[in-house]
Amino acid sequence: MQSYLPIAEVSVSVFLLLGLGTTVGILSGIFGVGGGFILTPLLFMIGIPPAVAVGTQGTLIVASSFSGMLAHLRRKSVDYRMGSVLLAGGLVGSAIGVQIFKVLERIGQVDLLVKLSYVLLLGVVGGLMLIEALAAFRRRNQAHHRRAARKHHSWVHGWPLKVKFRTSKLYISAIPPFGIGIMVGVLSAIMGVGGGFLMLPAMIYILGMPTKVVVGTSLFQITFMLSFTTVLHAVENQTVDIVLGFILLVGGVIGAQIGTRIGVKLKADTLRILLALLVLSISIKLAFDLVLTPSELFSLAN
Amino acid sequence: MIRFLLALLLLAQTANAAERVVADMSQSLVSITANFDGTAILIFGAVKRNSPAPKGQLEVIIAVTGPSSPVIVRKKSRILGIWVNREAVKIDFAPSFYAVASTNPLPEVLSQVEDFQRRVSIERMIRSAESAKDTKKIEKFAQAIVRIRDANGLYTETGGKVKLTEGTLFKTEIALPSNLVEGDYLTRIFLTRDKKVVDEYQTTIAVRKVGLERWIYNLAHERPLVYGILSLVIAIFAGWLASAIFRVLRLN
Repeated sequence: MQSYLPIAEVSVSVFLLLGLGTTVGILSGIFGVGGGFILTPLLFMIGIPPAVAVGTQGTLIVASSFSGMLAHLRRKSVDYRMGSVLLAGGLVGSAIGVQIFKVLERIGQVDLLVKLSYVLLLGVVGGLMLIEALAAFRRRNQAHHRRAARKHHSWVHGWPLKVKFRTSKLYISAIPPFGIGIMVGVLSAIMGVGGGFLMLPAMIYILGMPTKVVVGTSLFQITFMLSFTTVLHAVENQTVDIVLGFILLVGGVIGAQIGTRIGVKLKADTLRILLALLVLSISIKLAFDLVLTPSELFSLAN
Repeated sequence: MIRFLLALLLLAQTANAAERVVADMSQSLVSITANFDGTAILIFGAVKRNSPAPKGQLEVIIAVTGPSSPVIVRKKSRILGIWVNREAVKIDFAPSFYAVASTNPLPEVLSQVEDFQRRVSIERMIRSAESAKDTKKIEKFAQAIVRIRDANGLYTETGGKVKLTEGTLFKTEIALPSNLVEGDYLTRIFLTRDKKVVDEYQTTIAVRKVGLERWIYNLAHERPLVYGILSLVIAIFAGWLASAIFRVLRLN
């Protein structure tokens, strides 16, 4: 069954899109990430124009992170104050990102920028995750089981504008979370991702937030930031395809529930190694695309 | 003298009009609905004559042209090992869709001069105002448009696809692919003899988004803010619904 997407102006198989949505949903359920970094490149591959892919998949991330956020709200594991500071930075970053996207689309370099950011970020994050996960795995096997001291004060904490983040049990400067927010916002608008894979490590390692509030807080931030980005893409670029978004959503929410169940059964270490490998392999695939001689050197744009 | 010339002109015209095309097609309106998956249009007709057919092989050419828009063609080149868009050429006029079918391969049924004047072959359909500057380069970029759109099924040139019966009745089928752009598709039918056009007939096929597709497209372009918020509401509702449903399922 084919469906004609009114904004993308291409006709795509509904089952293919449902399958894609479900796959991404399963992965996001297993690993607790939005899955935008997997979905966007896949959408490019099935022929959705890059601008529409980036603009649209925000709707899927909003749906899945909203659904996840509700669960964390019930568990009271959301630091609203920290979330709001991150969000404020995110909104500024997202506005900058959409403008950058617009300029690059005009000069024809969107593709390059999106792919380069993917290769660099996924490569670095995936590599770090793999090293960390393997180290943890080895520690576990050697049965040393030494807990890392978490509450060390890093240099960024002493900056001015100190704020009490009660839920996170932190009294630190508001500038670093705001800065992290901006960075994640820019990337989210350009790459069409929620930025969870970037924000989670930043929250743990730079801000020193307790692990149990990290996921809920990042979901809170992602839900609102991606809502803003999606509306901005709709207004500035008219690149949000509601039909595409809806079909992906249906697959995504079902997949997420399946994924959560698989995730519970896997060991945390195995999970992290698998996620790291997944992130790295996408990065390598995209890097090859940039380096290998393409079969068609020319491309068309309106 | 002037009268004599006028009379001659009139005579020439009636001579030209000795053979005329009468044509129709299976549908003159193509509706793009939510499950649109391409369609085929049957174009058929007859040659009307007042006198016996003149000498020379009669041929029929049918060309369907989609709406044109300027296209920016970019060429990648290698910089520091990676492929980057470098050169860009703006082609001012390139149809989004072009299908030309004829009774025999185009070069056999149409002279170059006629092709040049009436713009029938695909190459003639693509034009650029910059062409005065660097013809060779423009030509390479224009060929890229033909190659890419050909691969996407948007440009086709088929000789032998128009069936002509007893030098009078003709028909062909033009396939419209699923990735069709809205607009008026100009349909031209040429009768040729000895590679010269003896009559031309024009009509249009209207391609329109209808129903939900139309509504969504209009909303997205005319009231983007409302559209953006609507997309969000749907997403948030779906997220809430999923979590609610699965919570109920888990409780049971």
